[in-house]
Amino acid sequence: MSFALLSSILIDGVTYAMILFMITVGLSMTMGLMRVVNLAHGAFAMLGGFLAASIPQRLGVPIGLGFVLAIAVVALLAVIFERTLLRRFYRRDDLDQMLVTIGLMFVATAAVNLMFGSSVTSVALPEAFIGSVDLGFRSIPRHRLIVVACGLLVVVVLWLAVDRSSFGIRVRAAVDNAPIARAIGIDTTKIYAATFAIGAALAALGGIAGAEMLPMEPTYASKYLVILLAVVAVGGNGNLFGSFFAALLLGIVETSMKYMVPQLASAAFFLTMIVVLLFRPQGLFGRQA
Amino acid sequence: MTPRLQTRNLCHSFGGLAVTQNVTLSLPQGARTALIGPNGAGKTTLVNLLSGAIRPKSGDIQLDGRSIVQLPQYARVRSGIVRTFQISRLFKDLTVADNVKVAVLQRLRASMQWWPSPARSARVHDEVHETLGMLGLNPFADRVVGRLALGEQRLAEIALALAMKPEVLLLDEPGAGVPQGEGGRIMSAIESLPKDLSVLLIEHDMDLVFRFASHIIVLVAGAVMVEGSPQEVAANEQVKQIYFGRDGHHAQHPH
Amino acid sequence: MSAVIPPMAMAAASRTHPWKHLRAEIVLTLAGLLAFVLFPQDLGLLTNMATVSIFALSLSLVLGQAGIATLGQAALYGTGAYVAGWTALYLTADPVVGLLLGGLGGGLIALLSGAVMLRSTNLTLVMLTIAVAQLLLELANWARWLTGGDDGLAGFEVAPLFGIWEFNFMGHTGYFYALGALVLVYFLVRNLVESPFGLTARAIRQDPGRVQALGGRVYLHLLAVYTIGGVVAGLAGALTAQTSKVANLFMLDFTTSAGVVVMIVLGGTRRLSGAVLGTVAYMTIHHIASTLNPYHWLFVIGSMLIFVLIVLPEGLVGLLDRAAAYARRLGGKEGTR
Repeated sequence: MSFALLSSILIDGVTYAMILFMITVGLSMTMGLMRVVNLAHGAFAMLGGFLAASIPQRLGVPIGLGFVLAIAVVALLAVIFERTLLRRFYRRDDLDQMLVTIGLMFVATAAVNLMFGSSVTSVALPEAFIGSVDLGFRSIPRHRLIVVACGLLVVVVLWLAVDRSSFGIRVRAAVDNAPIARAIGIDTTKIYAATFAIGAALAALGGIAGAEMLPMEPTYASKYLVILLAVVAVGGNGNLFGSFFAALLLGIVETSMKYMVPQLASAAFFLTMIVVLLFRPQGLFGRQA
Repeated sequence: MTPRLQTRNLCHSFGGLAVTQNVTLSLPQGARTALIGPNGAGKTTLVNLLSGAIRPKSGDIQLDGRSIVQLPQYARVRSGIVRTFQISRLFKDLTVADNVKVAVLQRLRASMQWWPSPARSARVHDEVHETLGMLGLNPFADRVVGRLALGEQRLAEIALALAMKPEVLLLDEPGAGVPQGEGGRIMSAIESLPKDLSVLLIEHDMDLVFRFASHIIVLVAGAVMVEGSPQEVAANEQVKQIYFGRDGHHAQHPH
Repeated sequence: MSAVIPPMAMAAASRTHPWKHLRAEIVLTLAGLLAFVLFPQDLGLLTNMATVSIFALSLSLVLGQAGIATLGQAALYGTGAYVAGWTALYLTADPVVGLLLGGLGGGLIALLSGAVMLRSTNLTLVMLTIAVAQLLLELANWARWLTGGDDGLAGFEVAPLFGIWEFNFMGHTGYFYALGALVLVYFLVRNLVESPFGLTARAIRQDPGRVQALGGRVYLHLLAVYTIGGVVAGLAGALTAQTSKVANLFMLDFTTSAGVVVMIVLGGTRRLSGAVLGTVAYMTIHHIASTLNPYHWLFVIGSMLIFVLIVLPEGLVGLLDRAAAYARRLGGKEGTR
């Protein structure tokens, strides 16, 4: 394998992996914490991207601010959804939960189409992100470097937040044993809402950052649903580093195949997922059931 | 005479925690043995080990002298070892009769049969109602289990086990959760169990234990602390400590 | 609600009114005939309703009865379609052969994938069903020479049914072929559900561990159910291919799997009649809404799903049950006056 090919695979693969990680980490946290499978999670990424594409124009704000606003709106919508709809399903069958989120995904797809049209929309990037960086042996689009930096920043911040902060401790307590956590005064309702919102915000960030590789279109949520679920399943629910490594594994496998045998890239992705799940049904880093 | 069921140095642990420590016990034919001990002593774990729900870390389990420790759960059930659950595990959406029917079909190895057969239907029907009759549950036959009172549910739990026509019956706290007044029906159900059935009863209700048992095993922290006849066990100083406290008052019922 | 009538009662009913036993099938046949008379212009849609109903029945068996959560049933449906297409193209144009082989194909894929997947439960299982279906879709897409790729398999001819009835543009043969298959499959699946096999499956759905503690071999039972579900889904796919003369990748798609899940939830997951009812309702609404923007359709179906899950968890069948119970109560009141 030539060095050029290898470097391309690594750069693209890691970028893709960072995007997948940012989008799916919230889903993994939600599944680990609330044991709810939100099949509409991709819709958060989708909404983030579409809002980021249109807010700067419509409100006349700088692009960077537009991105922040987009993420904030998505977080807000997520909280509303969790409080009004999702909460009713915590006690119900796993399947019923999945189904209601599928319903939501359909509604979100239709809404996005209504508001933004049905064609692929591109997200305009701030000046600073455009252009390439020359590394000597090759040049990389600046945007990709920023995406990778972003992903690494997210994993570090999350690790500090989950491991060190008092919020993180409360989240982990709620994950371990919700009734007891409540008994010692931890407000699980607020924790659930907050975690869900943070997850959605991260997904929106991932959607915006990844809009070049995963273009914005109304069918985004359903198109990438299976991929997102795969990353979470392979990483193990609720595990931060699990998500990270799963995204890297699957991202690099698929990207390598894209360069070498493109028609089997997707097949390779799913085959990897199946193999991992067969040997470790709880995911690479998940807790044993 | 070979005991029906026996264990030899049975050991099990979860992670680093030893939950079963060198348990050696034996159940003769027609046994009426009670297994008592404080909460967390490992009584249910022992039942899980005997029934095959979990594999021990070491030790042997023998049925009629044959080692069965390698046998999976379904094989042990087919050999005649049946257990009940401390918290009723019944099929909530099915009627009482259908619950027992599931068990009867398993016993007759007919659970996979997909063709209609009046002969089989009649036979199953009769066995179901016969089993229900043993526990006085026939009036509730067509009631969906989800709508049964707790006392009836515990009886149904026993019915499922009896439908299997067991050789060895492991009863895990059949009286658990049943209000004081209704314990009588459970007691009479247990008293009318077939004489040649070997029964191991886990219970906290001492009335039930002393009425039922001809032999008592006291399990503490996963190990057999003492065993013997009811009189011997009742007179044992250590047992008195656990159950009656130092000042002679009855210990609070764990529930 | 138990679908099983106590055996003694069933035997009695059959002796005096043997046709009562076949109530559902008779209603289905009559409804089918009525539809034919009332909507002669819409035979294509009606035929589709019949074939997709069979698909829904397969899921009702697998998910509603045995509790195997799958979002990948389309894999088996699509397989049946392609097998029927290949049979017509390379083997024989006889439709019944294609139908049976399609069913066999669906069953085989179900057996092979189920053997591997059914060791897992719940979430992992759902993920695996999605992944396996997706994998199959990718492979089908890649094997363009075999499956026609994006364009799908087309141009295969179907010989007259039993050598007598031609499949022509009128669609009569196609419709009665599909309807007949639906009634027959319904009969067979219903018998299965009411048999010991079905009762055990229902018990497994509610508490697999308990069945295991009764000596049951849960994995084998689930594998059997899943395989039979695969056969039925395969039959449905074959029928669709034969009546619409096309087999394409969309039949393997996640959206197709999700669609049929929505159909049985809409109709009621716990009852077989729910599968047919849900399919008819879904496809009727789809037909009406299809004149609208396809995205509006998504909105409708999404809202409907959420609505049914919150307000009508037992589906349309549950609604009909409540209506019937209400009617009976009213009738009872008048009788005592």
